[in-house]
Amino acid sequence: MSTEPLWEVFVRSRRGLSHIHVGSLHAPDAEMAVRNARDVYTRRQEGVSIWVVPAGAITASSPDEKDSFFDPAGDKVYRHPTFYDIPDEVRHL
Amino acid sequence: MTAHPGTPGTWDGGSTGATVLEPRVAYVLGLGDDALVLAHRLGEWIAAAPQIEEDIALANIGLDLLGQARTLLSHAGELEAAGRDEDALAYLRDERDFRNLQIVERPNGDFAVTTARQLAFSAYQYELYDRLRASADPTLAAVAGKAIKEVTYHRDHATQWTLRLGDGTDESHRRMQAGLEQIWPYVEEMFEPGPAVAGLVAHGLAADPGLLREPWAAYVHPVLTQATLAVPEPAFHGHGGRRGLHTEALGHLLAEMQHLHRAHPGATW
Repeated sequence: MSTEPLWEVFVRSRRGLSHIHVGSLHAPDAEMAVRNARDVYTRRQEGVSIWVVPAGAITASSPDEKDSFFDPAGDKVYRHPTFYDIPDEVRHL
Repeated sequence: MTAHPGTPGTWDGGSTGATVLEPRVAYVLGLGDDALVLAHRLGEWIAAAPQIEEDIALANIGLDLLGQARTLLSHAGELEAAGRDEDALAYLRDERDFRNLQIVERPNGDFAVTTARQLAFSAYQYELYDRLRASADPTLAAVAGKAIKEVTYHRDHATQWTLRLGDGTDESHRRMQAGLEQIWPYVEEMFEPGPAVAGLVAHGLAADPGLLREPWAAYVHPVLTQATLAVPEPAFHGHGGRRGLHTEALGHLLAEMQHLHRAHPGATW
């Protein structure tokens, strides 16, 4: 219904963490997109920082390439950090 | 009983049919009623805004105002000491006992009218709360200290839309200017001293409304200029909200806001 451009929204929930994609919304320009994102995605204190990116500016991997992109990683168990214990004190790993 | 187009908005200050209140109670009640009535108006946009993002934004602003109203009405009830809590004040008073400014009760109109109303009122509330942070009334000072952050955002939101609608298409410019023309007759009342406000100002309890006009204009007028809009010159000015005199629109609003509480007294869910 809206003819306004689509924006992808990324929110950092607190200091030290990365911005995470939370969804998308419509807005006439970047300034309004940040404000709309504030209202739509952070009104319950979900964030301390917001990024908005024009949806058209994102280049995505193609579903057709799924096999060649992702399957080869499936049997490389030695790439996973599963051979030692992570100390309890290390968070966000 | 309010001024009509073409007639000077003078009121002799005689009986308005409103309950006589102690000045401090009347002042706090007026500020609470401003927030309550505008919160209801913004709630009317839910599921009717131009886009879902704006729907949520207007509801958020309304909820901020409702939070302010709850604290202010509770405080007015405590000052009055007549056993009326926030619900009694919100739901069981009639039109003549509401002390809000007429600007907040004006109908939503189209989105441009709502934007004009929000710009004018948020800019007023910003200057008001900025000064009330230093009020000798600790509750008023606390409400103002918390609410000014909210109002800063409300003012910014309205500013952004005023700029985009005013300096947008021919149609959006026309509508934004028309929105300003509908709201501006109710601007002057924001800066008029209500009953006995001078005494409260002297005691450091209230902010002098007259002193808010200049900083308000210093914020709002450049926004209008940047948005390529003209500052309206209204042919009449509404008066008397702080004394219980309202436009026709308030009665309809109260009927909708109050009927459930009155039909089912004490109901909870």
